[in-house]
Amino acid sequence: MRGPARETVKQGRRVRRLAHLLDRWLLPLYALLAVSYLALPVLVMILFSFNDPSGRSNISWRGFSLESWFDPLGQPGLAEAVTTSLAVALFATLAATVLGVLIGLALVRHRFRGRSSINLLIFLPMSTPEIVLGVSLLTLFLASTQYAFVPEGTFFPLGFHTILIAHIMFNISYVVVTMRARLQGFPRHLEEAAMDLGANEWTTFWRVTFPLILPGVMAAALLAFSLSIDDYVITVFTSGQATTFPLYIYGSQQRGIPVQVNVVGTIIFLVAVGMVVLSTLLQRWQRPDPVEAVEVEGART
Amino acid sequence: MRSTFLRPANLAWKAASSYESATDSVPLLILPQPVGTGAKAVDGARSMDERSGDSLAAGGAEPVSAIDVRLVDVTKRFGTQVTAVDRIDLEVTDGEFFSLLGPSGCGKTTTLRMIGGFEQPTSGLIELQGQDVTWLPPYKRNVNTVFQDYALFPHLTIFENVAFGLRRKKTGGAEIRRRAAEMLELVELRGYDGRKPGQISGGQAQRVALARALINRPAVLLLDEPLGALDLKLRKQMQLELKRIQQEVGITFIYVTHDQDEAMTMSDRIAVMHRGRFEQLGRPQDLYERPRTSFVAGFLGVSNLMTGRIDGADGAYAIVRLDASTALRLPREGVSDGASVQLGVRPEKIRLVGEGSATADLNVLSGRVRDASYTGVSTQYLVDIPGGSKMTVYEQNTARAAAAGLRRKGDMVGLAWSPADTFVVQPGRTEPAPSRYQEAPDVRRT
Repeated sequence: MRGPARETVKQGRRVRRLAHLLDRWLLPLYALLAVSYLALPVLVMILFSFNDPSGRSNISWRGFSLESWFDPLGQPGLAEAVTTSLAVALFATLAATVLGVLIGLALVRHRFRGRSSINLLIFLPMSTPEIVLGVSLLTLFLASTQYAFVPEGTFFPLGFHTILIAHIMFNISYVVVTMRARLQGFPRHLEEAAMDLGANEWTTFWRVTFPLILPGVMAAALLAFSLSIDDYVITVFTSGQATTFPLYIYGSQQRGIPVQVNVVGTIIFLVAVGMVVLSTLLQRWQRPDPVEAVEVEGART
Repeated sequence: MRSTFLRPANLAWKAASSYESATDSVPLLILPQPVGTGAKAVDGARSMDERSGDSLAAGGAEPVSAIDVRLVDVTKRFGTQVTAVDRIDLEVTDGEFFSLLGPSGCGKTTTLRMIGGFEQPTSGLIELQGQDVTWLPPYKRNVNTVFQDYALFPHLTIFENVAFGLRRKKTGGAEIRRRAAEMLELVELRGYDGRKPGQISGGQAQRVALARALINRPAVLLLDEPLGALDLKLRKQMQLELKRIQQEVGITFIYVTHDQDEAMTMSDRIAVMHRGRFEQLGRPQDLYERPRTSFVAGFLGVSNLMTGRIDGADGAYAIVRLDASTALRLPREGVSDGASVQLGVRPEKIRLVGEGSATADLNVLSGRVRDASYTGVSTQYLVDIPGGSKMTVYEQNTARAAAAGLRRKGDMVGLAWSPADTFVVQPGRTEPAPSRYQEAPDVRRT
């Protein structure tokens, strides 16, 4: 009897040692692999922004150089492309955020005819392939020239304004979806309390509702900005003569991508990372997220 | 007017505006009556007649108080199915502590929200100090609300929370600081100005909510179960504090609660609500001693209810026959001979006596002890009486009771109580309350 029992104990120990090994090494190793899979392309991009290229291509490592970093826009057309991209992203974000927040408020707050179909339609731009959206937008813009009631030049020739229209269109969906999730848990009685204390609808919105949904609005705006600044597929159909940064990269890759593209890409990457770090720090510092704090409060009581 | 001298001079902010003309606009037969005269609001004009008897009798020659809140035939429906509030009339006088009491879903919160302006009645009229406010938004009404979960603004400091109402009125900064300090003093929260609502306890948040409402010097303060989220000890403490504050500032309080103890402790008058209507309205002691319906008898405290038929009279008392061998007496007022009635008696009014000991001037029933539990202050008995019903008896643990010895399960006992403690309830428009309200021994009451 003693023999098999000892065997069992030994076996148990072996299992525990294995589990320990798994905890200690295997999972971290797996995590490392997964992270490097995600990070490697970015790292290569950053590394090659310090390349000292010979000729046009920036494919093989030739040696360290800071030359491109001192002149990040020093390629013909690159400055214009980056400016266009930034302008499109900025205006599209502003417009989509304002419209999206209002749509989100309406959808969450009110029951009206057609509400459920709008709820569904909001997902359409997100679920439709971008290329389909791009093509249909192009068709729409072209078709508009046949109608007398559309003033000439409104949509055609294509350009900055048509890119903007397209970007606002697909950004609205993302803003609405973000805001809707955010607003669903919004404590409505806070608005009632504000009105009870003498604030009319306008004051209530700006003094109570808006400060409380601001984190959500910021999140939605950042999402919209990042979607807008790197969009290629829809932009290519709606751009006409205008060139955005992604279009510039695609155009130049036939001749060989200049190092400056890596530099600008790295800058965009760093700014994005900086913003994430900043927002995390701010949230940790300032206060718990107000909307969540109320929810937690409610759960506690 | 009672409230006038209770109110310190520096807090006497409510203009003595006159509401005497308020009755002009009311088409019903309701006249303003002094505090504490019982049925002031009735279940619509229909039942006015049966109630007017005792309310007029107790009315006397007291001066007529100003009406702060008046509801006339107010109905609120949600959709086509749900009638949350069903044709209620209500008058609350200046400086009164008035409670709306009832189980969840009885319409008490909806009534409060209509007074606050968060809901519009489907039909009916709401007046504040004689002004029709039925369709005014909350920010145009001179009432403030303490919400059930306080609804403090999480992004503002305690000071800014309290100052919110005055900021909307564009009051000057110095004035705001002075009054906010005064209010935080009143609710004993000095020095908490700079904190955020997330950094204070539930009891403190409750007091901030109170200060935030009171600083606006409303005509009426509405409180929606403000103590519901607090633990029992803190709740008891806050009940006393609320009453103190109410007397200090002299503002009319309308208080919504489902806790009968809370309502009885604090209120001048209580309206017991059930299914969107007032079952009974009156002073706490009236409601407790003379419940009018079986629902009120069961909801406020514990009642032993029996049914019988009125069979003749004996002096000031009517005789009610439960069955062939048992007869009890009860006050004659309001019962007619031959009528089938439901009568009741409170458990603490009953004394246990030896079986068969004749007590001529008392109502006596005999029964068998089913259950006895000693709770310290009192002993609670459940006694089976012939005919299948059960009676709850609370007996104080006095020397006399100790001398008689603890009754045990199975003992035969006599139950004796004064006919004057017997009340008649109407089965009412609604069915009797669920049995748990009637039979569960309520330990807190003893």
